[in-house]
Amino acid sequence: MKSLFAFAGLSVACLVHAAPPTDAERTVGYYAANCFNCHGTEGKAVSAIPAIAGRDRQYLEETLKAFKAGTKSATIMHQLAKGYTDEELAALADYFSRQQ
Amino acid sequence: MTRFNEERRRLLQAFGASAALTGASLLPGQALAAGKPRKTLGRVVVIGAGFGGATAAKYLRKWSDGAIEVVLIERNAQFISCPTSNEVLAGNREYETLVHSYEGLKKHWGIKVVHAEVTAVDTDKRRVRTDKAGEFAYDRLVVSPGIDFRFADVAGYDAAAQQQILHAWKAGPQTLALRKQLLDLPDGGVYIQSIPKAPYRCPPGPYERVSQIAHYFKQHKPKSKILVLDANEQIISKGKLFKAVWDEDYKDLIEYRPNWNLNEVDAAGKTVISELGDRETGGVINLLPPQHAGKIAHDIGAVNANGRWVTVDWVSLESAAVRNVHVLGDATLSAPAMPKSGHMANQHGKAAAAAIVEILSGREARPVLMANTCYSLVDGRRAIHVDSVHRYDPEKKAPVPVAGSGGVSAAPSVEEGLFARAWAKNIWSDVLS
Repeated sequence: MKSLFAFAGLSVACLVHAAPPTDAERTVGYYAANCFNCHGTEGKAVSAIPAIAGRDRQYLEETLKAFKAGTKSATIMHQLAKGYTDEELAALADYFSRQQ
Repeated sequence: MTRFNEERRRLLQAFGASAALTGASLLPGQALAAGKPRKTLGRVVVIGAGFGGATAAKYLRKWSDGAIEVVLIERNAQFISCPTSNEVLAGNREYETLVHSYEGLKKHWGIKVVHAEVTAVDTDKRRVRTDKAGEFAYDRLVVSPGIDFRFADVAGYDAAAQQQILHAWKAGPQTLALRKQLLDLPDGGVYIQSIPKAPYRCPPGPYERVSQIAHYFKQHKPKSKILVLDANEQIISKGKLFKAVWDEDYKDLIEYRPNWNLNEVDAAGKTVISELGDRETGGVINLLPPQHAGKIAHDIGAVNANGRWVTVDWVSLESAAVRNVHVLGDATLSAPAMPKSGHMANQHGKAAAAAIVEILSGREARPVLMANTCYSLVDGRRAIHVDSVHRYDPEKKAPVPVAGSGGVSAAPSVEEGLFARAWAKNIWSDVLS
């Protein structure tokens, strides 16, 4: 991930509708797709595994970080969350919170 | 700039944000299927619509916003899932639930699905020829061929023997045929499960199959026995968990023999013979043959590891041997501790789709994470899992498991049984609709 952090030159910009996604947005989208296998495409699960689309961003972020820290128990997420950096978990929480 | 956007900007910075933020997400698939006119980025032909190829096809459309034309070539009319097919053998699942349509890929994503056999690929001219659907030119080719069996590695396992002694390691007619053999086996009969040396498709699969059939015998044929002849030196996935279940629930029903390398079969005598000359006879023999990359990977010259597997670039999944050809799933020479699984093939499909979208857009492909989850049902209700997260290591040029991540279940549970079945529904949906 270091190479991604090295990407410099962040420019402050206003909200632009329908602009093509940025490098960062596309990358987050690619990462988020890891979660789709179990949680459904864009987090819209069709069965017992919890749907994560449209959930509160802060809730998702805190939950993922608690899984990673081992302070929230799970059958599997406590193991998977440890594979991601805190920044990645926060970005994924943001991504899924915005899926309708 | 609102506070919300400040927050998003901060988050995205971790992923290399360099341009304007946008509130717009990618168009839904329905808009793609409607054929919204836009600039094209090229055409990708995908051969093989299993967990890897079908996923790659869908995500190429999704992530290119419909700008990449996708032709998906598949010989079978329907998708038949290997994952959860062991449950069918035990009568714990209906076969029909394994069978899925390709209509969603056409309707939601505007993918041209072609049911035909690929007869030739010209990788210089970048053209694919089929038996009954003509030729297709490509900018990039994705090959997701799964595995083929090395029948010739087992003496006596000729075409006639293959009719009696089944593998059922590709879900389909053989799944039903093996189920019938199990139903016909008298109580007190012996079922032999052979397991080849790793690597093979679905590392925990054979042990799940043994558990499922033990569950069936326990209920319906309590005098029957299962003899597991494993060419490996121990159970190679979730070993402690499977062993605990077998000791606790199926004691005296399963006999496990490690280092038993099946070398020869006598189909008429219903007998298998090891490389050391040991012989075992059973009423039903399920022989899992040694495996290698599917035939098309050999035909195009992509197989370059041990004559069996395809070495790929782990950022783009491009074959090391053939340019502009991306190879996915079980056919690849596995990265360290990376299983040959449907779940992982789906992740390969997404990684390749992301890389191809970037490349055809004139940008550089960058590594993504890959995660794996494999559930195994150990009876009619309870499951166990193994999972891992693989992050690209630029020095090793391969994804490696993230230290401290991944693991297995603490114990079998009904909750994980529910999740196992939910996993199947969700991944089928993620691959096909």
